[in-house]
Amino acid sequence: MIFEFFADLLGSQILSAIIIAALPLVFIILYVLLANWLERKVSAHMQDRLGPMRVGWHGWLQPIADMIKILQKEDIVAKDADRKLFSAAPVLVFVGCYAAFAAIPFSSAFVGADLELGLLYILAVSSIVVAGILMAGWASNNKYALIGAVRSAAQIISYEIPTVFIILCIIIVSGTLNLTTLSEQQSGTFLNWYILGGDVEGWKKFALIPFMFIGFIVMYISSVAESNRTPFDLPEAESELVAGYHTEYSGMKFAMYLFAEYANMFVVSALVVAMFLGGYQSPFGYVGDLINVPWLIPIEQFFWFTVKGLFFVFVQMWLRWTLPRLRVDQLMALCWKYLIPIAFVNLLIISFLMIL
Amino acid sequence: MQEYFRNIWQGLSTVLTGMKITFKHLFVPAVTIQYPDVKVPLPERVRNRLYVNMDDCIGCDQCARVCPVNCITIETVKSVPGEDLGKTSNGKKKALWVTQFEIDIAKCCYCQLCVFPCPTECIYMTDVYEFSELERENLNFNFVTLSKEEILQKKENYAKLEAEKAAQKAAAAKPAVANPEQKPTDN
Repeated sequence: MIFEFFADLLGSQILSAIIIAALPLVFIILYVLLANWLERKVSAHMQDRLGPMRVGWHGWLQPIADMIKILQKEDIVAKDADRKLFSAAPVLVFVGCYAAFAAIPFSSAFVGADLELGLLYILAVSSIVVAGILMAGWASNNKYALIGAVRSAAQIISYEIPTVFIILCIIIVSGTLNLTTLSEQQSGTFLNWYILGGDVEGWKKFALIPFMFIGFIVMYISSVAESNRTPFDLPEAESELVAGYHTEYSGMKFAMYLFAEYANMFVVSALVVAMFLGGYQSPFGYVGDLINVPWLIPIEQFFWFTVKGLFFVFVQMWLRWTLPRLRVDQLMALCWKYLIPIAFVNLLIISFLMIL
Repeated sequence: MQEYFRNIWQGLSTVLTGMKITFKHLFVPAVTIQYPDVKVPLPERVRNRLYVNMDDCIGCDQCARVCPVNCITIETVKSVPGEDLGKTSNGKKKALWVTQFEIDIAKCCYCQLCVFPCPTECIYMTDVYEFSELERENLNFNFVTLSKEEILQKKENYAKLEAEKAAQKAAAAKPAVANPEQKPTDN
């Protein structure tokens, strides 16, 4: 939709494609600045502190000031580091998160790439992050970085399994991997959201609700784990591993990890939102429908999608400042002994329900 | 099996309890005090930087003598007759020009011992505690109100008076000594 709009406006498909590709980047930068500020404020207020207060109103310009500072930092590469891999790793990590934005449906008018295999694409592309993190850990030539990277790889790969199981549940119910179609199926009111059984007819809808809810919880836990946030932040556990895989990084390269982490937080939240909470659909009708202004609807949809996404980003921060870090064995036990069996049983029950 | 489900239930419920607590704290007013803008009220008898009200100082040197770390340096010059130095606020007549009154706050131990003997209560502790400096010399506070020229003049005046006195003494003493000498000349 937006591709045709820009193609008509500029008369060039290449330019239009470049603009479409750049739009999520603008979104990521704005969102990272907001999320960074929000993280500090949320963490501060949860600990009865104030957080940044000096730069701008309640310190809202603090992330911008920090960005300016980090741009001026010296780019240090350790002497014994593998230079090529060391420089490529942060780019790869960021690209992995950024590429996932291509398939995320921000609104019915703005989807970077309306892929038929959108869900699969996001899963596949976010696995690049593991490669990037392993590269960073290996190239740093530092024991802490390597331990962090290996932990990260183990963690992300393990938690991919329950995620895929839950995605399978959604595929069974919805019959599609396309995120836009998935969102369209949940149109109308919030009663049509997949967490409330979706648009399935009759008693099946009610039978699905508890299992969808379990699926939602499992999916959210495993997606938090995939984005390496506390309580699953073992790869960068500051009390044991300095900073994990990005111990040796400084300046802009370090900032890219920061960007990737926050972008990843949004990607997993967006995935959860698109799968369970109606995607870009409004929980009740649209103002555009009400006053008969059709061009308002996509903007409203963008608003709803961002609000839902940011809410789950907030929940991630909330969890981070509530829970202590898990031990390695607890992390693995949670995944292999709890999430995977639950997700698997959930998948079986949902597929059984859908066959009936 | 039972334990397995109990574990799940316990895990989820404890996480939710924790989240409830942190969410409550999100709305608890912060305990932070924005220091340079907002200051914690100091206790009433707090001991901080010394201040000397030179209008009341009579130059009695008691504070300097009581100081356990010798951080007060006082130098005085006697006034000459006819000079009016004014009175202190509690009616004491001033008789000395204070030409040097320095407090080296870097040495000061904030014991407040100098405050008690002061007969005119002109040296006291203020509530100023933010006076850090980059140079140690800047912590040597000078309280003298007289200018350098005035100090020189006062010293000169006193020296002159002394000289005059000495001259008078000499003049008074001379006759006693000179008379016998004179007598013969007179005689």
